[in-house]
Amino acid sequence: MIKSMMKMFFLFAGAVVFAYPFLWMIAGSLKPELEITNLWLWTSNASFHNFRQVLTKIPIGRAFVNSMFVSLSTTMSVVVFGSMVGYALARLNFHGKKILYTLILFTMMIPFQITMIPQYILMVKLGITDSYLSLIIPTMMSAFSIIVFRQFFLSLPQALIDAARIDGCSEVRILFKLIYPLSRSTIITVALLTFMATWNDVLWPLMVIRERSLMTMPQLVTIFVIGGEAEAQLGPQLAATTLLVARASSHPGVRVFPKILHRQHGFKRHKRITE
Amino acid sequence: MSQRGGFLKSTRRKERSGYWFVLPYVMFFLLFVAYPLVFSFVLIFHRWNIITPMEWIGLKNLSHLLSDPQFFRAMRNTFVFLFIHIPLEIVVALGFALLLNSKISFRGVFRALYFLPVVVSGVVVTILWQNLYSYDNGVLNTLFTRIGFPRIPWLIDSVFAMPSIAIMATWKNVGIYIVLFLVGLQNIPRDLYEAADLDGATGTKQFFHVTLPMLNPTIVLIVALSTIGGFSLFIEPYVLTGGGPMQSTMSGMLYIYNQAFYFGHMGYAATLGFVFAVIMLLVVVLQRKTIEAEAT
Repeated sequence: MIKSMMKMFFLFAGAVVFAYPFLWMIAGSLKPELEITNLWLWTSNASFHNFRQVLTKIPIGRAFVNSMFVSLSTTMSVVVFGSMVGYALARLNFHGKKILYTLILFTMMIPFQITMIPQYILMVKLGITDSYLSLIIPTMMSAFSIIVFRQFFLSLPQALIDAARIDGCSEVRILFKLIYPLSRSTIITVALLTFMATWNDVLWPLMVIRERSLMTMPQLVTIFVIGGEAEAQLGPQLAATTLLVARASSHPGVRVFPKILHRQHGFKRHKRITE
Repeated sequence: MSQRGGFLKSTRRKERSGYWFVLPYVMFFLLFVAYPLVFSFVLIFHRWNIITPMEWIGLKNLSHLLSDPQFFRAMRNTFVFLFIHIPLEIVVALGFALLLNSKISFRGVFRALYFLPVVVSGVVVTILWQNLYSYDNGVLNTLFTRIGFPRIPWLIDSVFAMPSIAIMATWKNVGIYIVLFLVGLQNIPRDLYEAADLDGATGTKQFFHVTLPMLNPTIVLIVALSTIGGFSLFIEPYVLTGGGPMQSTMSGMLYIYNQAFYFGHMGYAATLGFVFAVIMLLVVVLQRKTIEAEAT
């Protein structure tokens, strides 16, 4: 009895440590400047003043659209191409299959530190800095997604695919019409991971995007806070950050993600390969 | 048509579609993986600011790196970060995972709450903690002065700044490691505990002789992931401190970024990236060897 009370106490204390800063931030975004540093969350002077300031100072709506477009395009591309290559590696025979598989595993071990400068130069050479292309193209396909799909497709019964082939189904149709409906959980896992990684990335956008109207949301908020625009006022900074979180917590990731991670031992296994 | 001929035809069709399926990736690989790798190697031997033509300088970038105090400072900062971040994170994550790994109400709610900082963008976490860490009226110092502690110069003192970032990173990432530990804990076969019970091993003994050794693969994974994270630290020092005070939070990534985009030293930035990556891979391999050796 005492033991379980203690457990509950620690779990609850942990919950406060992880949740309070967010609550404080949301409360702070609604408070007038002088009350923000107060630890107490409630204020009787709540207003949307800070949010109005953010909206007039930076094109945050546009940034949201940019982020959404870039993240969705990348996610779709990663899922489609990842599953295609994964399927070829798992279920088709062609020359060089083994070599390709080894290359893909090798790709997962290359740290970003090595490729970031040459990739940036490539963007400059292709003349696509300051465009959506530079945000989407370098992450259009990922070795990680290929491996995840390959692993999952290997677990499907070969008889199913053979039956479809005997019926004269093309490989494209087998993949998209027959296998896709069976792979929902894998597709969701890959899509969520990709979407989150793309949405939250700041370093790459900071490198390739200078034009304000093309900035992604996290990038714009970063520039707003560390550049002079927030004029050292806490309120607008917290409001801008709150807008960024509002998107994240409405995102199914918060609810679904830990469950998927928990369930999919696959994730753990594949992550290990990246070591 | 004979059955045999039909079968051959279908394998041939299969092979051709295999090429079509992987063709886009092969092109992608050549352009965005192979080319940058080769080019990064070329850049190491050149001085270049993108605008003027490349200039061959041999090993000067590498010799400059070896006499660059900023490089060693960034290296040292990274190790300070890892030295605090990894143990702290393992202890906290394992603690919460053990608490959650029992029949307890609201388990899903707790797990989701601990996971919240993981999903949120690093920018949000960093801006939030900038305010928590503020010296004069940050939440933490206000709390500390309330209970009679002195104020702590979280981000403005060169001794405290990197540890502060390590604590913040722990807060952000611990949710993911809690879940990984939970998976690890649930993969431990029940009968190991039953055997330990029969042999008269108590709770603590069971923890050190059954639970911990069985979690070894999870710990290897977590150490590797957080080492990679530590070497990739960028947005945290970029927003919080800009690498200061006195270079104490200058991370490898931030230094590469500054060299490339403030000074236009593309060749030197590529050299830094290459060296940092090699050191990172060495550290990960070494850690892995040590942890796995300890388990046996």
